Amino acid sequence: MAKLNMVKALNLALLQEMERDPDVLVIGEDVGVDGGVFRVTEDLHRKFGGTRVMDSPLAEAGIIGASVGMALYGLKPVCEIQFSGFAFQCFHQMENHVARYRMRTQGRFGCQMVVRMPYGGGVRALEHHSESEEQFYAHIPGLKMVIPSGPRNARALLAAAIRDPDPVIFFEAKALYHAAKEDVPDEIETMEIGRAHVDRAGKDITLVAYGAMVRMAREAADRLHEEDGAEIEIVDLLTISPLDRETLTASVRKTGRAVVVHEAPKSFGPGAEIATSIMEGAFLSLEAPIRRVTAHDVPFVGFARERANLPDVARIVDACRETLSF
Amino acid sequence: MRENGPAAMPRTIIEPQFTIEHLSILDSDGNLDSALDPRIPPEELQRLYRAMLLARHFDERMLRLQRQGRIGTFAPIKGQEAAQLGSVATLRRTDWMVPSFRETASMLWRGWSMEKLLLFFSGYLEGGRPEPEQHDLPICIPVATQLPHAVGLAYAAQYRGDDAVVMAYCGDGATSEGDFHEAMNFAGVWHVPVVFIVQNNQWAISIPLKKQTHSRTIAQKALAYGFPGLQVDGNDVLAVYAASREAVERARRGDGPTLIECVTYRLGVHTTSDDPTKYRSTEEVEAWERKDPLTRFRAYLQTRNLLEPGLEAAVDAEIASGVQAFEAAGPPDPLTVFDHAYGNPPAEIAAQRAAMAARLGRAPQPDAGPPPSPPMRGQRRSWPS
Repeated sequence: MAKLNMVKALNLALLQEMERDPDVLVIGEDVGVDGGVFRVTEDLHRKFGGTRVMDSPLAEAGIIGASVGMALYGLKPVCEIQFSGFAFQCFHQMENHVARYRMRTQGRFGCQMVVRMPYGGGVRALEHHSESEEQFYAHIPGLKMVIPSGPRNARALLAAAIRDPDPVIFFEAKALYHAAKEDVPDEIETMEIGRAHVDRAGKDITLVAYGAMVRMAREAADRLHEEDGAEIEIVDLLTISPLDRETLTASVRKTGRAVVVHEAPKSFGPGAEIATSIMEGAFLSLEAPIRRVTAHDVPFVGFARERANLPDVARIVDACRETLSF
Repeated sequence: MRENGPAAMPRTIIEPQFTIEHLSILDSDGNLDSALDPRIPPEELQRLYRAMLLARHFDERMLRLQRQGRIGTFAPIKGQEAAQLGSVATLRRTDWMVPSFRETASMLWRGWSMEKLLLFFSGYLEGGRPEPEQHDLPICIPVATQLPHAVGLAYAAQYRGDDAVVMAYCGDGATSEGDFHEAMNFAGVWHVPVVFIVQNNQWAISIPLKKQTHSRTIAQKALAYGFPGLQVDGNDVLAVYAASREAVERARRGDGPTLIECVTYRLGVHTTSDDPTKYRSTEEVEAWERKDPLTRFRAYLQTRNLLEPGLEAAVDAEIASGVQAFEAAGPPDPLTVFDHAYGNPPAEIAAQRAAMAARLGRAPQPDAGPPPSPPMRGQRRSWPS
């Protein structure tokens, strides 16, 4: 057991999966000698060499496209896209091929690969370094979309993603990379993909969040408890797609109320799917409309005004109070 | 030169002028340049001609099937048989072939059945499933996106210590795509065993080559990526074969990628939805018809007394039985749409499958139902209600 931040925890997952499976390799821009711009792949190049920890040319479609070929051959590439904002330059490879190869070849080939990307705001970074694009991937059949919320689940989910026969898009919240340390077991640990986690039990309202927003949701729940005496249940999705409708529905059947939080813009975002799923599964238990606390429907606003655009504790608290008093 | 001033810094030549070779062995009348004879064994020459004839006749048959509404839209290959077969024939079974969407001849050579190709163009994904031991990727429709896959396959072969070579196809239009550049660049940097066959058929739907690139040749693009590029007469099967054999050998001995530009011509339509009379002249097409790859190869084989009697009837019989197999298959089973979306399918897939099964009056789980019916089916049967 060691106290690790999310960067170190992800690094541990990569190290251990590479040790146990010679088909796992790492590819991306600056992931080798430099150890990645966020240091997630640190030291792997020294341990496994440049043919397994590959510094690729600066070309996202090349990284993903070549990884498709490797996966079709039976390797298990773990790709790093330096920032999720750059992934539109390989989006066609993910949508056209990564997601579809199993279907197109009727099971003859699959793309067992992971695409890791730092995403999200809150780190005072420029345009294309701060956005949340999980909805695009969550909407594509054939892909799985995972977003951990802390060091321990990040490590366990990355190990599970590498072993999953399906391609997994793995978003890492930059705001969480160095935010907190957690006890992470030394021995290999995995978590089931597609399972949400009840982060905190409560009876009054279900607060659905993922990634960096889980931390925000906890703060809001603390404040609502202190100031209003409300007991908030936090559901940490961990996997965006496939969505764990069962856990969401069970929670709302208990609480009768739900608020969904995400950093992506509101309209047609994950909140819409989450709210609809709750409505389909727990309609008769609902006491209030499901509210969404999200970024506004505007393009990137620049980090100087980022706090005005992204969800914060006050907005979550307000949405919960409106829902509780409906 | 000024005295006591800064030293002169003349422009220096760091890359001497390059040359691009064009290889042609058989002229359009089938006369051989014996100095360049690739010395292909007679049986291999006969096999190549048979495959070219089969591909030509199958392509024509597909066109009729499409016009009759028995298959959907497809991309005919007429005129490109030499470019495809001269190249693919230099591969071993254990090598990999990565097609785009106009490689019917290469695919037939690699063992794709006519039944599967017809199924594919009738909207059945079963037509895109390679056999378990087949080292081919399926038809790839988004232009040039298959090229990075070929580079990844080649990297993986090298990583595993296999001596497999990867051959990837694209057209002249694809060379304008970003994925073409990224694939070439990765292939050069990684020095992987891949051979890129560019079938320059002069037209990307209605866009002529001169609107596609200002480069004198496509072959020379390879030089900027640090590997050889060669232009060949793509309607000369011997030239394509000789160049491909050299490139495949180079790749296999660890000397990296090659790009071969096959100068050829799409004698027919882009796809069956296209009308080329809108953008190109009859004279142009007729000029290329005089360079037909089959005519010249046939003339050459005749001079060597290698033409097999009864060949036309034999390939037509093979085509007839392929078409028959395609048409004999049963109706599609809609429930199979859920079978291969995921390797480890989410609960929602099972739920959606169960809902469809209920509508169809069928068992909700794949295991609980009757044994699955054969996956390949003809197109004209009605959809079960």
